[in-house]
Amino acid sequence: MHTQYKKCFITVGTTRFDLLCQSIQQPAVLRALNKLGYREITFQIGNSDCEPGHYEKEGVKIEMYRFKDSLKEDMRSADLVISHAGAGSCLEALGENKPLLVVINEDLMDNHQMELAEQLHMSGNLYYCTCDTLNTLETVDFSWLSPLAKPTPNNFVKYLDSVFTVKNLSK
Amino acid sequence: MYIMELALMLSAFFILTITARVMYLLYNIFRGICNLNSENNSLKTVYCIGSGGHTTELLRIVSHLDAEKYAPRLYIMAMNDVSSEVKIREQERDSTEYQIYRIPRSRNVKQSYVSSVFTTLYATIYTIPIICKFKPDIIFCNGPGTCVPICLVAFLLRCIFVLDCRIVFIESFCRVRTLSLSGKILQWFADIFIVQWPQLTNVCFRGKYFGRLT
Repeated sequence: MHTQYKKCFITVGTTRFDLLCQSIQQPAVLRALNKLGYREITFQIGNSDCEPGHYEKEGVKIEMYRFKDSLKEDMRSADLVISHAGAGSCLEALGENKPLLVVINEDLMDNHQMELAEQLHMSGNLYYCTCDTLNTLETVDFSWLSPLAKPTPNNFVKYLDSVFTVKNLSK
Repeated sequence: MYIMELALMLSAFFILTITARVMYLLYNIFRGICNLNSENNSLKTVYCIGSGGHTTELLRIVSHLDAEKYAPRLYIMAMNDVSSEVKIREQERDSTEYQIYRIPRSRNVKQSYVSSVFTTLYATIYTIPIICKFKPDIIFCNGPGTCVPICLVAFLLRCIFVLDCRIVFIESFCRVRTLSLSGKILQWFADIFIVQWPQLTNVCFRGKYFGRLT
């Protein structure tokens, strides 16, 4: 069905997410990705307990690195983004209009990040799962997702400009 | 004898003045009276930088604000934060009207609550000279731990007439149903309290909602 191979980008942000690193490399998950046509994975692993480098498992090429100044390039060239639930990473992926699967880190004590993933899932912008349910990935239809509405900072900026005034603005 | 009486009266006078000042400030804050009309041509602005997502979020809001009006800008961030500095320098590359200051972290990830009391206290004391020297008009923050000591110092300095500044707290977009710890603390003395999800206005008693900002 999928003739050309697709790229998948995975990011854990500035933290660590050991379980995701292990789960992605499970044969079942890699086979699911392979079946969907993903032959190349770029994985930003942050401080996770994992060795950066190039690997090939189950017919999928995996490139792991810890950090880059900007993930924009990797994000843009990907056909699917898998991300931790951090707001920054989610918004970046949705801003690029990429199909997004969020993996919830259940080890985090204060798991408020789940709130955002749940909310954006309810409004149909992304899918989310945990590391245990990652292998159900092949049943997910990403074409159902709708893009996230653009931010509207103008009213806030106008409000600020009305309460905070200066003598004369040089403009 | 007279000296004793004088000292007593003076201290009573100070305590009364400060109490009146605090009540006056809180009254204004809760009534939403937060106007600031500067005699200068620009407003000295402090941005409390957190880490990771918080930084990205705040910098996006910064990019919507008039850089000439909100200047000079002082970015205060945690000691061991490297990636945030790269992002700030990138965004401010055409400007010289900004500075970056570093303070100790008030709470490291996984640090116990008891020891975080002391580290927060240390961070608070460390912040005092920075705020005194810069004398900000406005402080923007969006929820990282570092912002609580900064805002607390600013508010206390305001209570003792050293400073006249406004605190703008923007709850992070990732807070959908509950407030962050910083949010819970700052809703008591931030002048403007912004939330980015409408359902949050039911959770806090004075959140303003303007839609998604970042």
